[in-house]
Amino acid sequence: MANPTNKTSEDSNNAATSSTPSAMSVIAPAVGWLVPGAGHLVQRRYGRGVLLMASIVSMYMIGIGMQGHVYSPNGGDLLDILSFLGDACAGGLYIVSRALDWNPGLITKATADYGSKFIVVAGLLNFISAADAYHIAIGKKQ
Amino acid sequence: MTQISHFGAAVLFALFASVVFGITQKQTTRDMVRYGLYCFALFVGGVIVAGWAMWLLRH
Repeated sequence: MANPTNKTSEDSNNAATSSTPSAMSVIAPAVGWLVPGAGHLVQRRYGRGVLLMASIVSMYMIGIGMQGHVYSPNGGDLLDILSFLGDACAGGLYIVSRALDWNPGLITKATADYGSKFIVVAGLLNFISAADAYHIAIGKKQ
Repeated sequence: MTQISHFGAAVLFALFASVVFGITQKQTTRDMVRYGLYCFALFVGGVIVAGWAMWLLRH
């Protein structure tokens, strides 16, 4: 006959185990934020990781190539603040582009505005990618 | 400096965004491909429709 006391104890142990985040649930999104697609690569989702990396890095670099603006931290216009947050979501790409000062000095093309949007959206896509890596790490997605 | 037309930029945007949406929003490979294609069609279709709408407004 099952002991109800033991069952309760077992259930509480399972709950504690499932609520404890695994190391991968922290590492995957962090690595995924720093290097686009790497959150999937460290979890052996090679195909998805390579596709995500190629898409996000290409989008970011095309934005840079179009003389897009890389926003720095600012407290001015609301759109500038949001654009900075979007840029920062690109993680390592943003850090490298700021460190190497890839901002154009003088914008000479109308498509430079598109470039700025490419950079912001690449950052936002990277955020989605890192969130997806987290969902894989916690078992919510295969 | 990268020289891309407006339409070319929109198609590239659609391509990259669709790849990420397809991979992150669906569970199986088949669903990912289908959703990615669906998003790409909506992005490019939206660009064409918006382009014609602006042309009609202008004329």
